[in-house]
Order: sequence, then C-alpha cells, then structure tokens
Amino acid sequence: MKEARYTAPETLDEAVALLASANGSGRVLAGGTDLLVQMRAGTAKPGLIVDVKKIPEMTTITEKDGSYRIGAAVSGAVIGEHEGLRKAWPGIVEAVNLIGSTQVQGRASAGGNLCNASPAADSVPAMVAAGAMVTIQGPKGRREIPAEKVNAGPGRTTLAPGEIVVSFTLPVRPRNSGDAYLRLIPRTEMDIAVVGCGVSLTMDGDRCTAARVSLGAVAPTVLLVEDAGKALVGSTLDDGALEAAAAACRAACKPIDDKRGTIVYRTKIAGVLLKRAAAIAAERARSH
Amino acid sequence: MSARTYKWIGTRPNRPDGADKVTGRARFGADFNMPGQLVGKVLRSPHAHALIKSIDTSAAEKLAGVKAVVTAKDFPEQENITVPAGEMQVNLRDVTRNIMAREKVLYDGHAVAAVAATTEAVAKEALALIKVEYEILPHVIDVEAAMKDGAPILHDHLRTEGVEPKPTKATNIAKRIDFAKGDVAAGFRKAEVVVERKFTTQPVHQGYIEPHAALASASEDGQVQVWSTTQGHFQVRGFCSRLLNIETSQIRVTPSEIGGGFGGKTVVYLEPVAIRLSQKSGKPVKMVMTREEVFRASGPTSAGVVEVKIGATRDGRIVAAECMVALQAGAFPGSPVGPACMCSFACYDIDDIKVVGYDVVSNRPKVAAYRAPGAPISCWGVESAIDELAIELGMDPIELRLKNAAKQGTKTHYGPTFNRIGFVETLEAAKSSPHYQTPVKRGFHRGVAAGFWFNVGADSSAAAHVGEDGTVTVISGNPDIGGSRASLAMMAAEELGVDYEKVRPVIADTSSIGFNFVTGGSRVTFATGLAVVNAVKEVVRELKIRAAKIWEVEPEAVVWENGMAKPASTNVGEFEPLSLSQLAAMAGKTGGPINGHAQLNAQGAGPGFGVHIVDLAVDHDTGIVTIDRYTAVQDVGTAIHPSYVEGQMQGGAVQGIGWALNEEYIYNAKGKLDNPGFLDYRIPVASDLPMIETVIVEVPNPSHPYGVRGVGEVPIVPPMAAVGNAIARATGIRFLDLPMSPPRVSAAIDAARPKMAAE
Amino acid sequence: MSKTHVTTTINGEPVEFLCDTSQTVLDVLRDQLGLTGSKEGCGSGDCGACSIIVDGRLVCGCLMLGAEAEGCRIETIEGMAAGDHLHPLQKRFVEMAALQCGICTPGFLVASKALLDRNPNPTETEVRYWLAGNLCRCTGYDKIIRAVMDVAAELRETAR
Repeated sequence: MKEARYTAPETLDEAVALLASANGSGRVLAGGTDLLVQMRAGTAKPGLIVDVKKIPEMTTITEKDGSYRIGAAVSGAVIGEHEGLRKAWPGIVEAVNLIGSTQVQGRASAGGNLCNASPAADSVPAMVAAGAMVTIQGPKGRREIPAEKVNAGPGRTTLAPGEIVVSFTLPVRPRNSGDAYLRLIPRTEMDIAVVGCGVSLTMDGDRCTAARVSLGAVAPTVLLVEDAGKALVGSTLDDGALEAAAAACRAACKPIDDKRGTIVYRTKIAGVLLKRAAAIAAERARSH
Repeated sequence: MSARTYKWIGTRPNRPDGADKVTGRARFGADFNMPGQLVGKVLRSPHAHALIKSIDTSAAEKLAGVKAVVTAKDFPEQENITVPAGEMQVNLRDVTRNIMAREKVLYDGHAVAAVAATTEAVAKEALALIKVEYEILPHVIDVEAAMKDGAPILHDHLRTEGVEPKPTKATNIAKRIDFAKGDVAAGFRKAEVVVERKFTTQPVHQGYIEPHAALASASEDGQVQVWSTTQGHFQVRGFCSRLLNIETSQIRVTPSEIGGGFGGKTVVYLEPVAIRLSQKSGKPVKMVMTREEVFRASGPTSAGVVEVKIGATRDGRIVAAECMVALQAGAFPGSPVGPACMCSFACYDIDDIKVVGYDVVSNRPKVAAYRAPGAPISCWGVESAIDELAIELGMDPIELRLKNAAKQGTKTHYGPTFNRIGFVETLEAAKSSPHYQTPVKRGFHRGVAAGFWFNVGADSSAAAHVGEDGTVTVISGNPDIGGSRASLAMMAAEELGVDYEKVRPVIADTSSIGFNFVTGGSRVTFATGLAVVNAVKEVVRELKIRAAKIWEVEPEAVVWENGMAKPASTNVGEFEPLSLSQLAAMAGKTGGPINGHAQLNAQGAGPGFGVHIVDLAVDHDTGIVTIDRYTAVQDVGTAIHPSYVEGQMQGGAVQGIGWALNEEYIYNAKGKLDNPGFLDYRIPVASDLPMIETVIVEVPNPSHPYGVRGVGEVPIVPPMAAVGNAIARATGIRFLDLPMSPPRVSAAIDAARPKMAAE
Repeated sequence: MSKTHVTTTINGEPVEFLCDTSQTVLDVLRDQLGLTGSKEGCGSGDCGACSIIVDGRLVCGCLMLGAEAEGCRIETIEGMAAGDHLHPLQKRFVEMAALQCGICTPGFLVASKALLDRNPNPTETEVRYWLAGNLCRCTGYDKIIRAVMDVAAELRETAR
C-alpha cells in the first residue's frame, strides 16, 4: 500500500503545479474534516496531499469597498469571530458555523464544504443565496463562477483537474439587507442537514426589493430556487407571498429517501424552512 | 427514609480512581501495549446472509509482515450447550460461530477471517487479499417478517422450543415462552374499558464510547495473558477457555478500565481471536474495533413487537392484562424475551395476566444485553397502554398507577411474590416531586411512565487485606463501570469504622481473586458489596481475636466500635481501646497478617421501581420534539454514594430519550447496516437535553446489610413511554412505533390533520 | 515509505517525530508518543474523545494529520494539571461525579478548558452547544454541565 505524499506549499502557483503533476491522485487539504474521514474509510486514496493552509490568500478574510473576500481555507471558528462578516452576512456565518462540532469548527472551511460537494453542505445554500462568487485557480489561470455552479452532483464538482477553489467574494451589501440560513436536523447538533434553506433579502420599508432563495439536501446539488425569490420580490412578505415562495421551494425539490429523511418529509420541510428563514432574514434586513 | 445513621453511607466522597481518570492516566482497553505486539484485524462479511463456499487466505499469508491468519478452521467445534453470559444465556456452538463464521455468514459485519501483521496498514492490505467465495441467500431483518411462513431460514436445525407437539420444520422462532396468572379470559369479562394496541421498537445499540479492544499474549508453554475492556474478565476467561480448549488456570485476564458497556461488554468478540492469532504467530496481538465494527458486529439489542391488551373497570382497577412480545435475537437464538415478558406487568397487582414471548432469529448481529435487557421494549408497550387507559378513564396517570401498584405480597405473573418493595413510595414521591407539583408550561405537555427491573445477585468474591500501618486494601473482581470502587470502599469503611481514605479498593485480575460474575444486572454494589462487607467482617473477627490475645481475655469479650477494639463491658477489665493501626502494627506478634475473604452467591436482590416525568413540546410543522424538563424518581434501596446513584438515573434516562426519539439501526434493501457511525446513529448530545432531575427513594432491601437494591437498569425502562405519553398528550396521537423521530412524528401529524379538521 | 519529520510543541515541551502521511495527530500521540490520554471513540470527528487544543483552537486529534502539526503548539489532557495540582475543571469533575466510566472525560475536560479560556461566563445553553461534539453515554451530561458552570463561576470569583 503506497503512502500518500504530504506537501504544504506557500503559494497558489506552487499548489496548482503540485496538483497538476499528481495525475489526478492529488487532494487539497484544508480543514481535513471530510478528507481524513474518507481516507480512513478507504473511499479516498490520495497519492498526494496538498495542504493549502500555508497560502495567505486562502486563509484570510479581507474587505474592500464593502465587499468581503473569504479565503477558502479559513476555518469556521475564524469566520464566526469576524465582527464585520457577522454584521453584514449573519446567514453565511451561521451556516458555516453549523458545520459539525466546536472541534470541527476549529478546522472545517467553507472551501472544503463546497468542494466536498455534498448536497447537504450547510454553508453552500447560504453562499448561493448571498450570490457569492467563487474564485478558482488552475493550470489555465484564474476564473470566477457563481457558487451554485461549482457542484455537479453528490461528490462531484465542475472543477478541472488541478483547479483549486481559492476564495469566496460576497457582493456589496445594499442597505436594509439581511440573510439567514436554517437547516433541519433530528438532533440539535452533530447531524447532517435533512433540508437546508438559505434566504437573502433586501427590503425597502415593508416591501421586498430583492430576494434569493436556496435549498440544500433536496436535490443532487444545492439549488438556487429562482421562483421562490421571485415570489417574494415586490411583496410585503405577507402570508400569501410566503406560501407562494414555499410552494416554489417544494416544487423545486427532487429529493431521495434515505437514512436521513424521506421524499415527503424533505419536500414539506423545504417550505417550512423557507418561511422561517425568510422571517429571520427580513427581521435582519429591517435592522441592518 | 433510612432509619440508620451512617458515617460514610449516603455521603459523596471523591472516587478512588478519580485523579487517574481526569488526567488521562487511566488505562482503557486500547491503551495497553506489549513489546513486539502485532496488529490484529478482522475481515467481515459484506452480506446479510450467504453460504461460505470457500476462503482462500494464501495470498494474505504470503504478504510481507503478515504473521498469522485465522478462520473458523482454527477454532474447535463446540457442543450445543447453553451457558450464562451476563444477564443472557448463550449457546457455545453459536458463540464460536459468532466470533468466526463457519458454514454461513448471518449478518453484515459477521467475522469471516482475521490476520495479525506488523502494522495496521499491512493488516488491512492482507484482509483485502483474502478471497471469500459466497453464495448469497435471501435475508430477513424484521422480526415479524422472520416469523412468517416462507421467511428465509437462518438455521436449518432450529425448531421452536416450548411448543407441543415439538415442531418438525425449521423455523426462525427459536423459543416460545408462556406466563400466566389467574384466568385472563374471565378477567377481561369484568373489564369495562379495554385498551388494545400493537407497538414496535427498532434495534438500538448500547453506544458505549470505547470500542472493544483486547491484547493477548500466548506463551509457548500454553499460558495465556489477556488485557481487555470487559464487564466481566471471568467471563472472558470462561469463554476463551471453552472456545479454545485451554484450562482456566492457564488464562489470566486483566480488565482494563472500561469505557462504557451497558451490557454490551458481557460477551466476547475479539479475545478468542486475539489469543488464537497470538498462538499462531508467537507474538502478542492487539485488536481494537473501529466504530463501524462496533455498530455492525457487536451486541445491539433487539427490535421487538409488543401486543398489549389491558382491561379495567371504570373506577380504574385493572382487572386483566395480556401481552405478546416477539424479540429479534439477531443471528443466533437468545434475545432477552424472558425478562421482557417478566417485566411487562411487574409494576402492577393484577389478578389475571397472560404473557407470551417469542425469541426470533434474523440477519442481524447477535444481540447482547443492554441495560435491563428486554424490559424497555415490553414496558414501552405496557406503559403506553396504561397511559391511554388513564386518558380513557379521565384519571391522573400517577393515581391510576397507585391504584394498581404492586406491593409487598403481590404475586407476580412470572412466579415470585414480592418481598418489601417501594413502588408505591416511588409513585408518591413522583406525585409530590417539584416537577409534578409545577403546572406544565404553555406549549408543553407532560408524560409519565413507570418501570421495573429485578436486579441481580449471583457470584462474587472479595478480600480485605490490612496493611502494616492499619490501612486496608479491598480487592474485588468486578470492573468499575460507574463508580463501584467508591461504593465498595464506602461500605468497607463503614463496616470497619475507619476513614474512607484509609480504604483502597483494587480490581484484581482473574488469577488474583476468586470468581466474580459480570458487572451487570445492577449487581455489583449489592452482591460484590455483600462479599466486601463479609470479607471486612472476617477482618473484624480477626481483629477482635488479636485484641483478646493482647488483653488475655476471650474474643467474645471484645467488641469492635468506631474502628477500635474495646472491652465488651467493664466486667472484662479496664483496657485502653486498641485502634486498627495499633493492632496492625502488632499483627506479627499476635498471629501474623490480618486478612479477610468472602465468597458467596448473593440471594435476595431487591427489585427496583422507577417513575419518570417529562415535559416536552412538539413542533407541529417539523415533528421535532424538544424536552424541556425531565425527572427520574426511583427506589434504590439505599443510595451508598448518591452522586453515582443520580448519575445512573440520569444516564439511563438519557439513553431512553435517545431510544425514544432518534436511535435506530437502519438497514438497506440488501440487509446492510446503513448508519454504522455516531453521525447517523444519533445518540443524544448535550444540547438536546435539559438537566435531568432526580428523586432518590430509599426503601431498604432487607437482604442487604445496608439496604442496597441496585440502581443502574431501572432508569432506562420508563423513558420511551414517558416521552410517547407526553407526545400523545401534545398531539392527540398515540405513537406505536419507535423511534418517534421528526419524519415519523411529522407524518403522523399530517395524517391526522384532515381527521382532526373533520371532527 | 517516506516519512515526514515534524517539529512541534506538546504541552510546552518541544517534540520531534516521524510520521506516515496517513497518520493522524491522534495516532502519533497515542501510538508513538505514549500519550494515551486522548481517546479514539470513532475516528471520524463525531465523538470528541480525542479533543486537543492546537494553537489555541479546539480540534479533534483524529481529524488532523500528524504532518500538519509542524510548528504547532499542541495541548492534550496530559498537560492540563500543573505538576501535582489538578486544573479546577479536573478537580470539580471528580468532586461532582461528572464522570462514570471516564472514557469521554479527557475530551470533555480539554473542550471545557477551551471554552472557559475563551468565554469565562457561559450560559448553560452555550456550554451545552460548545460541548455538543463530545459524546457521553453514561452521565446524561447533567453533572458535566453543572461542573463546567461551577468552575466558570469559581474562576470568575478568583479572577476578581
């Protein structure tokens, strides 16, 4: 049995070159909270491990003209302690902080959560609702794509061989905007989302002027539910609008029956969470 | 409530092993190592049911670093005889097949072969090189499906015991048992209200945090040493002796500290395999299960079906009760259906009772004991039905139980007549508890349920050695799973009249103390406690002899009080009392070392009763249940160390809450376990729970010098029904199937909605 | 097999070790350095029995490679007591019977210390959520939560 090689490059170029040279057997190591579990279970057998935590761009949070950039390898704990992000994007922060335990938070990152490509990843619906752009660097250079375009299916991404997710860029936040992420789990902690729902809203007085809604764990990838957003825009988030958005969420669901939930249950919960998350996001928008 | 006053009993001193356990110094199963040890790993079946056509280990044997490979061929065939194991009975022919599959694999995770290699990586690689040819057979998991005609048959030789005439056809129903008291048909004719329901439970695991681990070292002269994490190192010795044809005196088993067991560590999985690998390789072999192996291959408890029928008169007198319990035994016969049947109606004084039980094999790991084995399953049904009866009758659920409570003199449906028991006192304490006396908060609903467990006595040995400075070592042979060192030392200190700090308890290996039955059945503080007390009485008897010698009086003229020998009366003469340390210092001149020993089969274990109260809220949109307040009330006889008594009550309650709400084995269509990890086998986490309040009731057991009954098992019996009863009151829906997980609760609420609207 | 050479600090002492890439910090602590106080209950970050503090962050030892420890400061249960003086958490866990079997105890103590180092005045809910990644099957958590709350109050009192 061949042992993997461990490397911890200090620049992105070096990391990309290492990955590209690994003939597809390379794996990026950020927090390791998924990779190490997969290695132990034998489902991942990397020949090369590229630890990206020594690359400054991937491990820092920066702000420029109201737009935040979160390094893909920044741990959940660090994101949770960032005052600026907590104020501007409380939904993203709570979503990232829901990944695993306190211990897992000490390591797990939004980049890892995205690239693990689980449909139930907690941070992804929040990023999608926020309209986050993902910076990717690879052998052919740098590109930016919306967060919802990174996953291709359970465990699969649209990344080309050798590409690394570098960071998330969040749009400038208009006044009176708020976001929220809710998930349903059977316990209060330590579970994988049965359904996750991210909502990002901008309000003008009582009226919703912009809305993005996303769902996790109800389809092979996290969904951007445009119809749900449309149902909210222009409304006062009255019961009718909320029910229309909930219906759009339920209609968007293509879930499976598995050990974590049933099709019927997941579909129902998608609507329930939409209403609850929208209420929280609206409350935050009003006080933002 | 206890009339006697004690110096140590009932106080809360620090446990003797406390410092070791908070510093990481304490050594658990996986913490033992020997120079030159090999790593042992097990190859496990990927199929739920299959014939083993062939096993080819040649490639694995040739791999560099592999020192031994074993399969069933390396273990002698066993007789078809049943021996006790913990609170369960096991058949040796089955045990050898469970530790290593022979003709067939009978569940996903069943051991097929094992290797010992220089490193874990080599061992894993070797497992991958073992070629097993299987012929896959149809499988059956569910207990009712396994009972049906035409179900896949696990064992061609199996005929249902307890049925006349003796069946001739192979079956999965290993046994039928019957209990009856009075005439149940006549009883039901008197009933004005009848509740009849069918309940089910899913398989659940004990969920100890420490995986099974063992280290074995076999010498060329035939001697064997084993270090393992177990609830009974004497059982490990016994099993290994029988399974490997080694005399017991040749095997020395040292128990590690044990990281939880709850009944699941009363049987053997790794130890015989590690010994065999060590014998073949000539090196020590260490084996540690992964968490996945623990779930797939070690003792969960049964799933069950419980059909309950209870009849009462309008005034709340239960006149007849009937129950059918069918339990999964897993791959081999031996579910806890016996205790499940016996515990079912044990709380109540009912004239006419009929209980029937079935022990059913299916393609799941062989079940092991789990805290009050069987009782939580039957009581989930019975206590839910009693609650429904209370609602029908418009009675307070505690009043209904008080009206029908078993008491001293009540004859049980399984035979014995209760001696002094404390169920009435427990119900009264529940009724007057701060929790029950406080109105339920808005949006929350309250459930109540009761539970019973026999508690167990059985074999114990103990010794007490007085050191030359007058301090005392108390030696026993039961692994300390939750503070028993403290309770044993406290009883010894009380008996001797010396300070608790002067008594040091140790747990000896199988070669250093006489036989002890497992740590289980809530027996250690009762039975081993009795042995310790008797050993200390021996010491006291000897101390009096020594004092008499010094004073030149008759031993009968000496009394032992507050840790000192004193003249029995002034007639004896004027002597300064002699302390334990003085007598110890003079021991060499008065007859040599001062020690006491005791061995016994403890009789008269005192049955325990508990009543649990829960307040909870149900989110009608999501089906999520939130526990707001929980109280466990229990008659424990005497609480030797109240903190550890409370701990048992709290821990049992929370395991029950997990069983009620989320825990279950989930199998896929191929019969493979789909959730073999703590991520999806959802045991309660800290944030799921409120504080667990406790009310200790003390109705001393007349058969124990300090009134001990045993405490550990009763508290897992009531929680499922207590939670279900509260959910029933919150939703108007009687839940019949465990777990009451969010998808199920939500589906039930949705299914009931149109009906409710129509009403 | 090429091993990685790692220089790190464990409980204040400089430590060097060689490890395979697949070895976790937990493997290294337990199997190579003889520090068996950190326990393996699951190997997948679900039980918290291997909780350690790395550069001030609470992590699971089973979810970090040994190779990643290069240059890190690691704290384990073995370093919690100061000489023969137990940490207040260790002392109160024993006094308040916050352990039964004790297998989860090192993890709970390390995690609780990480909490109190960060938040000297946690609410019961904060304690419960912080410790949600530490599984205990014996106690029902009650006495553990009480002990942590008690020590927090005691430390606040001392700090005054």
